[in-house]
Amino acid sequence: MSRRTPMLPTTPSSTTSTRPAIPGTAQATLMVAEREIFSQLRTKSFIVSTIVMLALVLGGIILSSVLGDRIGGGDTQVAVVPETAAVIADVEGLEAVEAADADAARALVESEEVSAALLPDTSADNPLGVVVVGLDSAPDSVLSALAVTPPVELLEEADTSEGVRYLVSLLFGAVFLFAASSFGGQIAQNTVQEKQSRIVEILLSTVPPRALLAGKILGNTVLAVGQIAAIAAVAVLGLVLTGQDELLGLVGAPVAWFVLFFLVGFILLAALFASAASLVSRIEDTGSVLMPVIMLVMIPYFAVIFFNDNDLVLTIMSYVPFSAAVGMPVRLFLGTAEWWEPLLSLVILAGSALLVTAIGARIYSRSVLRTGRRVTLSEALSKAS
Amino acid sequence: MLRLDGIHRSFGDRLVLDDVGFSVERGKLTGFVGGNGAGKTTTMRIILGVLSADSGTITLDGNPLGDHERRAFGYMPEERGLYPKMHVLDQIAYLARLHGYDRRSATERARDLLEKLGLGERLDSPVDDLSLGNQQRAQIAAALVHDPEVLILDEPFSGLDPMAVDVVLGVLSEHAAKGAPVLFSSHQLDVVERLCDDVVVIAGGKIRASGEKEALRQQYAAPRYEIASGGDMGWLRTEPGVQVVEFDGGYALFDADEATAQRVLRAALDAAPVTQFAPVRPRLAEIFRDIVTDEQRHDETTTTPKETVR
Repeated sequence: MSRRTPMLPTTPSSTTSTRPAIPGTAQATLMVAEREIFSQLRTKSFIVSTIVMLALVLGGIILSSVLGDRIGGGDTQVAVVPETAAVIADVEGLEAVEAADADAARALVESEEVSAALLPDTSADNPLGVVVVGLDSAPDSVLSALAVTPPVELLEEADTSEGVRYLVSLLFGAVFLFAASSFGGQIAQNTVQEKQSRIVEILLSTVPPRALLAGKILGNTVLAVGQIAAIAAVAVLGLVLTGQDELLGLVGAPVAWFVLFFLVGFILLAALFASAASLVSRIEDTGSVLMPVIMLVMIPYFAVIFFNDNDLVLTIMSYVPFSAAVGMPVRLFLGTAEWWEPLLSLVILAGSALLVTAIGARIYSRSVLRTGRRVTLSEALSKAS
Repeated sequence: MLRLDGIHRSFGDRLVLDDVGFSVERGKLTGFVGGNGAGKTTTMRIILGVLSADSGTITLDGNPLGDHERRAFGYMPEERGLYPKMHVLDQIAYLARLHGYDRRSATERARDLLEKLGLGERLDSPVDDLSLGNQQRAQIAAALVHDPEVLILDEPFSGLDPMAVDVVLGVLSEHAAKGAPVLFSSHQLDVVERLCDDVVVIAGGKIRASGEKEALRQQYAAPRYEIASGGDMGWLRTEPGVQVVEFDGGYALFDADEATAQRVLRAALDAAPVTQFAPVRPRLAEIFRDIVTDEQRHDETTTTPKETVR
């Protein structure tokens, strides 16, 4: 670049003329982020834990669907002949198996391939005009599915059941706790490792501290959000595969919001993890400085478990930046949030993320090169380095 | 030429650099010598800009040094650091990319350099798996991969076997020959004296001497003589103006000014046949031994001039 001091005229200038332009902060940030991502993608523990988690999610959904079928019945197969096919075509819980004629349908019942058969009955004392053929007992599920019930009007909309409410809250809380603490911990560990191994001195003689911090946050955020999105995608896939589409309609929007809130919330946490870790010089000392940050990550998890039936606590949680990522999706799932509430909460979260990242960058740049005893927070914030 | 002037730096209320000033010429290897805690690493970090000075200036060819110029520096920190789990080649190529090389040429440069440093067989090993000497070579590659315009190396030779020292020295000399100022620190005076052209001596945060190796020897060596005679030289101990350094029957090594030395020679010739008489120029290691190895005592018994010599 033009500002570079030229070499002495007497020396060959080959070294300067071939040197490329120094990358800008944004470019350096991307390279740091790329390294963070690939170095983690290459570790066995990351791959294994991701696969195990995805398998657990998918397995859980499939298992619950299969168990649900065993217990709850699922679709009962009923043999029909062309004349009766129309009768059960729109009946929920019954699946038609077409048979050529009445004898073929009876044969299917006898061989237990279907639970019952539905045949036309023209006798005068049968107003329905059909008869249900069972093997050795009256097929209750078929009878109740065919039973005519008058429409019901409810005066109050039913609340989401206690169990589902608890389960969904727990899931959001657990996924948040797991992803935030594992990737946050990874950021903290990398930061201290760079400081302990002093490679940070080489890096900082090349890139500005802001780029190093930003790259670290960016890289790990991509990984964390990627993992969360993968979990969400696998969950959706599982629900579709097992035919539980109606549940998908209930959790789909909250899950999408959760991913979005997690993205912004994790940036905030990542800045906290990195700047807290930059205060110490050895891996052994990270515990004490990370404690407050880990508490912040655990609060939403426990709060959502203990207070998921307390609307006031959930409302507060859904606006406090550290717990909004859990609180707001739960409220959306329960249907207690107005349409503008997630937007407002997201703005608050983004604002605090900006503020915390700025403070974090200050702490980080001032303490990352100071080795030896732990740097106190007031020193990192106040004293000019 | 890299030049430092009036650098001060305190940690808390402890003054660790007191008016540090010296220069590193292009095309030369400059050794930076001092005991532990003398201020070498602090000075180097300030040159690199990873630490800021309380006052003072650093210039490169007369222009103030900014972050932009510093990006073209090569730096090897005192405590070796690379990512322990990352492969050697990936790691060095990553550093080259941070300096602006595209992915392909970064990898090429890293591979060439590592092969030159004798790590061609270990390109795909994690740094953790390398022996200490090989980790050191990788560290040097990290400092050199972007063809730095100025090289600052903190204790590059500590922990290297003699063969590796030669390899590293060769690479450093090559860079110096291309016109880059090369500054490296060491707490071993004899190593610096053997390897470099210019020497800067620091003690207690102050520069005690700096300049060309031979010039320093002439300037700082106390006039010292060696005499061997057929008779006993015991009388030399009581001679005024003479400081006996070593004595063994007819042999003596002593400090004295030139007139006194001539008087001693005449007296010795009168007493017995003199077989040898010669001025002795001590090595730098001997001249600065007290300063470099003993941080505590130099404050009480300072005999070397305090002013900076350039």
